[in-house]
Amino acid sequence: MKLLKTLMAGAALVVGLGGMAQAEDKTKVGFVYVGPVGDFGWSYEHNEGRKAVEEAFGDKVETMFVESVPEGADSERVMTQMALDGADLIFTTSFGYMDPTINVAKKFPNVKFEHATGYKQADNVAIYSARFYEGRSVIGHIAGHMTKTNTIGYIASFPIPEVIRGINAAYIAAKKVNPDVKLKIVWAYTWFDPAKEADAATALIEQGADIIMQHTDSPAAMTIAEEKGMYAFGQASDMKQFGPTARLSSIIDDWAPYYIARTQAVMDGTWESTSTWDGIKEGMVGIGDFSNDIPADVQASATALKEALMSGSTHSFTGPVNKQDGSAWLAAGETADDGTLLGMNFYVEGIEGSVPN
Amino acid sequence: MDISVVSLIASLIVAATPILLAATGELIVEKSGVLNLGVEGMMIMGAICGFIAAVNSGSPFVGFCIAAISGAILSLLFAILTQYLLANQVASGLALTLFGLGLAALLGHSYSGIKPPSSPKFEWFGMSDISIIGPIIFNHDLMVYFSVFLVLIVWIFLKFTRAGLILRAVGENHDAAHALGYKVIRIRVLAIMFGGACAGLGGAYLSLIRVPQWTEGMTAGAGWIALAIVVFASWKPWRLILGAYLFGGVTILQLNLQANGFAIPVSYLSMAPYLVTIVVLVIMSADRTRASVNAPASLGKIFHASS
Repeated sequence: MKLLKTLMAGAALVVGLGGMAQAEDKTKVGFVYVGPVGDFGWSYEHNEGRKAVEEAFGDKVETMFVESVPEGADSERVMTQMALDGADLIFTTSFGYMDPTINVAKKFPNVKFEHATGYKQADNVAIYSARFYEGRSVIGHIAGHMTKTNTIGYIASFPIPEVIRGINAAYIAAKKVNPDVKLKIVWAYTWFDPAKEADAATALIEQGADIIMQHTDSPAAMTIAEEKGMYAFGQASDMKQFGPTARLSSIIDDWAPYYIARTQAVMDGTWESTSTWDGIKEGMVGIGDFSNDIPADVQASATALKEALMSGSTHSFTGPVNKQDGSAWLAAGETADDGTLLGMNFYVEGIEGSVPN
Repeated sequence: MDISVVSLIASLIVAATPILLAATGELIVEKSGVLNLGVEGMMIMGAICGFIAAVNSGSPFVGFCIAAISGAILSLLFAILTQYLLANQVASGLALTLFGLGLAALLGHSYSGIKPPSSPKFEWFGMSDISIIGPIIFNHDLMVYFSVFLVLIVWIFLKFTRAGLILRAVGENHDAAHALGYKVIRIRVLAIMFGGACAGLGGAYLSLIRVPQWTEGMTAGAGWIALAIVVFASWKPWRLILGAYLFGGVTILQLNLQANGFAIPVSYLSMAPYLVTIVVLVIMSADRTRASVNAPASLGKIFHASS
């Protein structure tokens, strides 16, 4: 009897140890989102990436996420908690998490961090972003052709380089096909506030815009465009269900391949602090299906532009381009270097208004 | 530069209505001596429940009814906690907000990307064709008129009815009201439920008319604005309209100014609605005696019959 007990205890111990070993094998990956995962825009697509990681690695990985985390001090608390919970890799998915990520990363040198859309790197902080401006060029091209009032409305979020770059790219592409085109810009000073985004779309339409572009996260503007019989583009996600007739096309973010590759690197022990900036070519930026409202020749030229951007034969920022004040920026045929693009804080010539500071 | 004042006023009314509805409810709650910080949670519950009901029934009217009921049910949770279990009102209200946001996200999981049935404009027998006044006053959906009508009713109730007097007595001094034989707890529970119903209506106005769609967390702080507007109005019903329309007005105006390319620094414009609210709050509370006269004396205090 005593022997049996000892055997059982021994067996239990072995099982227990086995279980522990298995738990340690698991790679823990954390995600911090700025909006709710159900925003059907930015955070939604990051969460799709997280799900893809779970699918790809199955039992070998454990993911966790916190949604609707305000940018600033509160995000530091969330990241610290994730690191304390044993995360091996943490993706912080909004520009405003930049300094908090750097701060927390200093305290946890063994945890790997990945910050999206920022520019501050450290030994254990890699940065990644997508060349959304390539997508902006394609939708700007379409908008330039499609606008009847020659006025495009643009709902911007915060005056950071990424957003200004998007405005410039869309304007350059639209202006190229429609010299009379004008851009009306509203700064919402939020990433996610459906009511405010809807009000901004309404205001732009009342001021004569017949096509709405947005750099905010919710599909509210798409809904308003649908209601008022105007056009809009899906942002970050396809958003077709919100504007079956209003949606012309969309810029779709696809983070899954990157998230899977980085998780793999942590598992293999080959993770390094890198700076990634992928575009249409690598598949990080996708262009949604074209609406049937777009004439065939415009669909063809938009597809050609997309392919040229993929092959590298065209760049969204190709000279001659002047800055807003008329000073020369890019000479004829010259393309913008990544450094200038990453720090872009000026409008190109032709855009009205000034960049808020 | 051609900002149409007519369309500006028409959109500011739409922007102000959800806040006005929620603030009207909260005014009654606070007049009864209860501070319910859960307005945001009740609004978002109203937004999703009203949305689900409207989509499934095809009728916005049913949606609004269900939204009011769901807001009231959620507020009942707060009523039980604070009135029967004597929990702290501030903590319970905050918990209600968090609970409401989470529950609404859960309920709304399969309702993203659906278009709600549209609410028809109220028919004013052709008066909407009158120039200027027509589009401003006679070209809205029924809920806009209802929200103003509700303020009128609340004003009459508080000022001219016996029941309103009793409600105010409970809010000013619950011990005295209790000594006079009034059912303090029952009155407060009813007031809380009215507040919940109004917040639910406000939320449904967001998801069915203003945006109109369901997105997680779509109230985005509207409930907190409603709370501020009650103080802003110094607990007087008519000033609620002023406060809500002022807030809505500055919000809409700044967006239109931007769209028109006015050279005013945008960050100040975005701040403006909140700045105006703070400034008015400061002016309102500058005169200490008046401010303290206006606030219900028992606001936020726990009542127990034995004390």
